[in-house]
Amino acid sequence: MYVAVKGGEAAIEAAHKLLAKERRGDASVLELTTDQIREQLSLAVNRVMSEGSLYDPDLAALAIKQARGDLIEAIFLARAYRTTLPRFGYSEPANTSAMAIRRRISATYKDLPGGQVLGPTFDYTHRLLDPSLAGEGNFPAVEKTETGDAEVSPHVAALLNNEGLIEENLPQNPDADVSDLTRGALEFPADRDLRLQALARGDEGFLLALGYSTQLGFGRTHPFAGEIRMGEVEVSFVPEELGFEVPLGEVTLTECEMVTQFAGSADAAPQFTRGYGLVFGHSERKAMAMALVDRSLRTAEFGEDVVAPAQDAEFVLSHADNIQATGFVEHLKLPHYVDFQAELVLLRQLRAEWEAERGKTDGASPKEAAE
Amino acid sequence: MSSAPVYNFAYLDEQTKRMIRRAILKAIAVPGYQVPFASREMPMPYGWGTGGVQLTASILGAGDVLKVIDQGADDTTNAVSIRKFFEKTAGVETTSLTGDATIIQTRHRIPEEPLTADQILVYQVPIPEPLRFLEPRETETRQMHALQDYGLMHVKLYEDISRHGHIATTYAYPVKVEARYVMDPSPIPKFDNPKMDMCSALQLFGAGREQRIYALPPYTQVTSLDFEDHPFERTKFEKPCGLCGATGVYLDEIVTDDQGGRLFVCSDTDYCEGRRGHETDGGVL
Repeated sequence: MYVAVKGGEAAIEAAHKLLAKERRGDASVLELTTDQIREQLSLAVNRVMSEGSLYDPDLAALAIKQARGDLIEAIFLARAYRTTLPRFGYSEPANTSAMAIRRRISATYKDLPGGQVLGPTFDYTHRLLDPSLAGEGNFPAVEKTETGDAEVSPHVAALLNNEGLIEENLPQNPDADVSDLTRGALEFPADRDLRLQALARGDEGFLLALGYSTQLGFGRTHPFAGEIRMGEVEVSFVPEELGFEVPLGEVTLTECEMVTQFAGSADAAPQFTRGYGLVFGHSERKAMAMALVDRSLRTAEFGEDVVAPAQDAEFVLSHADNIQATGFVEHLKLPHYVDFQAELVLLRQLRAEWEAERGKTDGASPKEAAE
Repeated sequence: MSSAPVYNFAYLDEQTKRMIRRAILKAIAVPGYQVPFASREMPMPYGWGTGGVQLTASILGAGDVLKVIDQGADDTTNAVSIRKFFEKTAGVETTSLTGDATIIQTRHRIPEEPLTADQILVYQVPIPEPLRFLEPRETETRQMHALQDYGLMHVKLYEDISRHGHIATTYAYPVKVEARYVMDPSPIPKFDNPKMDMCSALQLFGAGREQRIYALPPYTQVTSLDFEDHPFERTKFEKPCGLCGATGVYLDEIVTDDQGGRLFVCSDTDYCEGRRGHETDGGVL
């Protein structure tokens, strides 16, 4: 007997209850607070803010808790919330030269104005599991050393530019407004402003793999990490009714500028070229991968042939968004039985015709069948 | 974070709805043409009906009666979820009766009951570009549409015939609209294609992830691509519906046991129940 369950609604409700229970885990273990997530899982919070395109550590922490630590799900929650927020306008460009630097390194100069500042980094740690972290309260006191007035840290690229050794960062189209990926459909060819926006919210893993591919020969750009800096930058806004800049607050940013191999032509002397990465929070891997891919996507601009995946803007930008990607991959879970039925009907027909055809040939040449 | 978010009627803000309505008007003016629009991130995943949901949200009024189906059925999980979404955000009346609905949002099916001039059918579209599997680049396919360069599609259909003896496309079967644009009808079975032709209802198609809207105004000529010597054929079922006995409708195949037992029943559950007098509303059919 065929019984079709009409319980879609009840099933969904029950599944959601179960999900909430699973999220909480063993109730005898203390519940995680969003403050703890914000303070102690801060790099996860940073990733959610950066790919969720929403700078709000509290909401990102909430999203991580709600998503049971699934960061793409948390990014999705942040994006879905972000889309409902009213848009007041655009901030003034953030000035990363005026960053309150917490980390700043250059791989191209041993020393430079502003100095090398290691800051809080996993670099040079030995990746040995630390059993003392299984307990509580084990962290060293950090002494603040007086360094005098904060030194100005000019961008490495600006230092190179003084000698004309690196291309200038001119807008591709100075008279045009900056495009907005969230207010228009992505269309190709996409200018660099649009490409950088898409990369900034693109999936870290995807960009990491693409950047990696350019290092191994699929569209090599011979990069040097000219500079990576991380710290706080003030964001300001000019309300139309006031007509002057009003500071809104500070955001933590990670910026990476790759110095890559020269371009030159009969008209222009050889110069280093740039790849740029900028992301919310402390997200170094993402900023570096972004800078590699940005430079790769400028291949055509330098008159080079587009031969590798990381150089192909349509390929990269169409697939970089993990919310689009996860939705479409996971939509295969939805019922497809109507289309599957159509395929079944055709396949049965094709097989019947094939059998009939084979019957004919078998009858015509019994010798072959005997072999 | 302190105050609970308050959402607008049907979730989207009025500015966004206006933007989408402008895209809809353009789509209606150029039937079958894919209009880019600034698709929003919705609280459901891309690929799960975000295009259809944005269309419905933009055209929904307080007096509308909404029906949502997936695979022809009102009680499939995603249809339930989308219907709930509009019950919650718009408070509109919902129904499972095709005849009572003013807006029907659908995934993969067109209802069996003919639609009327006061109804709008909203399709959820995963991949709006009919040429996508022949040419992966959007830059190329847009040009192909502009130049009406559809040779590649005909070659594909011809190759199917030479390989299988039939056009091997059974769903998302491409159509030509008013002898101009080749259009993806969304992954409805080709069985449903003839229902699009000269349909009395307005048909809207939304692809959220792909940021495209297209439309068929009422009474638009929609032709399934074919050849003179290999005309378009509807999928045929040998048996009638095992529950209501209907013929000439699309059927789901239900596996009843592991001994090869099969039951064929109407895919359009409202149609099937209607023929059986709606006496079976409840836990089981």
